[in-house]
Amino acid sequence: MLQMKNVSKVYRTDTVETHALREFSLTVEEGEFVSVTGPSGSGKTTFLNIAGLLEELTGGSYELDGRDISKLNDKERSRVRNEKIGFIFQSFNLIPELNIFDNVDVPLRYRRFDAAERKKRIVDSLEMVGLASRLQHMPAQLSGGQQQRVAIARALAGEPRFLLADEPTGNLDSNMADSVMQLLADINSTGTTIIMVTHELTLADRARRNIFVRDGRVSDSAGNLQLAAAS
Amino acid sequence: MFRYYLRLGLLSIRANPALSALMVAAIAIGIGACMTIVTIHYIMSGNPIPEKSDQLFHVRVDSWDPNEAYDEPNEPPEQLTYLDATALYAAGRAARQVISFLSSRVIEPEDEGAKPFQRETRATTHEFFTMFNVPFKYGAPWDRTADETLERVVVINDKLNQTLFGGADSSGRMLMLTGEPYRIVGVLDEWSPVPLFYDLNNGEYGDPAPVFLPFSVAVAGEHGRWGNTNCWKPIGDGGMPAFLASECVWIQMWAELHSDAERQSYLQFLDAYVSEQKTLGRFPRAMNNRLDDVQAWLTYNEVVDDDVGVLLGLALLFLVVCLLNTIGLLLAKVMRRAKDISLRRALGASKATLFGQYIVEAGMIGLAGGLLGILMTWLGLRGIENLFSAYDFVAKLVRMDWVMVLTAVLLAILSALAAALYPTWRASNVTPATQLRIQ
Repeated sequence: MLQMKNVSKVYRTDTVETHALREFSLTVEEGEFVSVTGPSGSGKTTFLNIAGLLEELTGGSYELDGRDISKLNDKERSRVRNEKIGFIFQSFNLIPELNIFDNVDVPLRYRRFDAAERKKRIVDSLEMVGLASRLQHMPAQLSGGQQQRVAIARALAGEPRFLLADEPTGNLDSNMADSVMQLLADINSTGTTIIMVTHELTLADRARRNIFVRDGRVSDSAGNLQLAAAS
Repeated sequence: MFRYYLRLGLLSIRANPALSALMVAAIAIGIGACMTIVTIHYIMSGNPIPEKSDQLFHVRVDSWDPNEAYDEPNEPPEQLTYLDATALYAAGRAARQVISFLSSRVIEPEDEGAKPFQRETRATTHEFFTMFNVPFKYGAPWDRTADETLERVVVINDKLNQTLFGGADSSGRMLMLTGEPYRIVGVLDEWSPVPLFYDLNNGEYGDPAPVFLPFSVAVAGEHGRWGNTNCWKPIGDGGMPAFLASECVWIQMWAELHSDAERQSYLQFLDAYVSEQKTLGRFPRAMNNRLDDVQAWLTYNEVVDDDVGVLLGLALLFLVVCLLNTIGLLLAKVMRRAKDISLRRALGASKATLFGQYIVEAGMIGLAGGLLGILMTWLGLRGIENLFSAYDFVAKLVRMDWVMVLTAVLLAILSALAAALYPTWRASNVTPATQLRIQ
C-alpha cells in the first residue's frame, strides 16, 4: 500500500520559493490502477517522483508497504526503488548504446541476480511484451511503441509491486497508445499496482480510479473525470 | 559488478571516442613529461649496490689545514693522503678494505698493425672486486700476494677484451701497458654501477676504468693520477717520495663493516690512529673522522643535481595541469551522461554504485593514458639522449626499467582516479527527477 499524508514539496532558489505539492494526501491500495490527471504545473509529476523515491519530500509523511520512506538512507531508497518500483517514462529512456537484452538487464544487475536468473527474467518480460525475438536489437532499430514495450519489460523484469508511469503514451500514436494501455491493464490484472500520470482523459478513464490534482493538492480522488474535463 | 563496470566503461569510451581520446592524451602527455624527469631522477638517485650499500663505508680522516676546513662548515677531505691510506689499509681492521685511485696507461695491442691507445686504469687492492660484487666473465681477481709482491697483473673489462682478444677467455695472456707486460688474471662481465659511487671525483655517471691493476704496482711505477689531488702544504722537491710523504690527498678508501658494532669499532680505530699521528705532529685539526655508507656518501656529494629537483617539480606541476584538463573533460562527459545516470538511479543504482561505475571507467582511461604515457616517456628520454648525445653518461640516465614502467602506469591510474573524484561525485549526486523530466 502507498500512503501519503499531508506531503509538501517546496523548490527553493535564492529568490523564489515554489510549492509543488501542498498537504498532498493519497492512499493507493494493493492492486489498484490509478490515473493521476491535472493541468500543467499542478504537481502530477512531482507526486510521481516522490512516490518513486526520485525526490525527497519537504514535509508530511510517506509510507510504502508500511515503511516510512523519509527515514531511509540513499542505499535503502535505491533498494526500494529497485525491488518494489518500476518506472515507465514518456520518452522511454532506453540506453541507446545497449541492446534490448542489456537495457532490460540494468535493474537486474543492481539487484545482484546471477546470470541465469537475469536471463530468465529478461526473456520472460520481453515475451510478455511481445519482443522476445528482438533481444539483440538496438533501441534505435525499434519503433516508438516497441521501445515503450521494452521500457515496460524493463520495469516488469524485477517483478515490482508498483508501476509508476509518467505519460506512458505521450510519444505514441493512438494505435500504439492503445496497445500500451492494454498491456498496462493486463499487467494490473496480475496484481501489480499501477499509478499513471496522464493529461489525456480518455486514457485516464481506463484506470479504475482517477485522481485529479490541482495546485499541488488532490482535488478529487473519487474518480470523477467530469470534473477534470471541466477544468 | 566489476566486470559489468568494465563493460560499461568500454561502451562509454566507445560512445564518446573524441572526448575519451582527449582525456587519454591529456593524461599520457602529463605522464610522459613527468615520468621522463622522474626516470632521470630515479636513475641518478638510485642505489648502485643495494645488496650491501649499508655495509660499505667511505673513510675520511681530517688531515687538513688547521686554519681552514677542507669544506664548510667542517668537512674533512674526501680523499686520503698516501701515508694515511696505506697505514689504514695495512692495519686491516675492517672485514674488507680497499684503497684506489684513477690513472691511465697506453695499451699496446698484440696485433702489430693496431695502434696503441690510452685508457683509464684503476689502481686498487685485491679486495676491490669482492667488496663491490664485481662480476667476472673469465678468471678471478688477483690475490693479496700479488699486491704485496708488486706483481704485474691486470683485470680488464669485457669491452676491452672484445677489442683486444675478440671476446675469448684472455686470462693468462699478456697485455702491454705503456711498455710493461702485465698478465691478465680476469675479465669482467658487464658491470657499470650508476652512480659510480666508489670514486665520485671523476664523474658520478662515468664508466668504470677498463683496466684494474694493483695499487702497489701503480705507486711503484709512478703512474700518473687522473682525478683531484689537493694539498694544503708545499710538497717540496723530493720527487715521488716527497709526494708520497706529503699531506696531499688523492686516494679513495672504502671499508666493509657488517654491523653497527663493527662501525663503532672502526671509528674508534680511526680516532686512535689520528691521536697517534697527532703525537707525531700531524693532524693539526680537531678530531673529525667520518664513515659514510654508500647512500650517505652519494647524498653528501649531491649526486642528484638541484636542477633535476627543480625540473621534477615543474614536471609534476605539468602533470597537475594535465589532470585539471582531464577533470574538465570528465565533467563535460558526466554532464552529457546526466540522463543515463538519472535513469540508472531510477532503476535502483545507489550513489555508491554509480560512483563505483564511473571510477572504474576513469581507471580504464587512466590505464590507457599510462600505457600511452610510457610511449611518451620513451620518446622524451630518446629526445634527451639525442639532445645531449655529446655526453656519454647521458645514455645511462635515460633507461626505463620495469620499476619505471609500472610506476608510469600506476601514476597514470592514480592520477586519473584523483581527477575523477570530483566529476564522479557530481555524477553520483545528479538529481534523477530533474533529468528524467526533460522529454
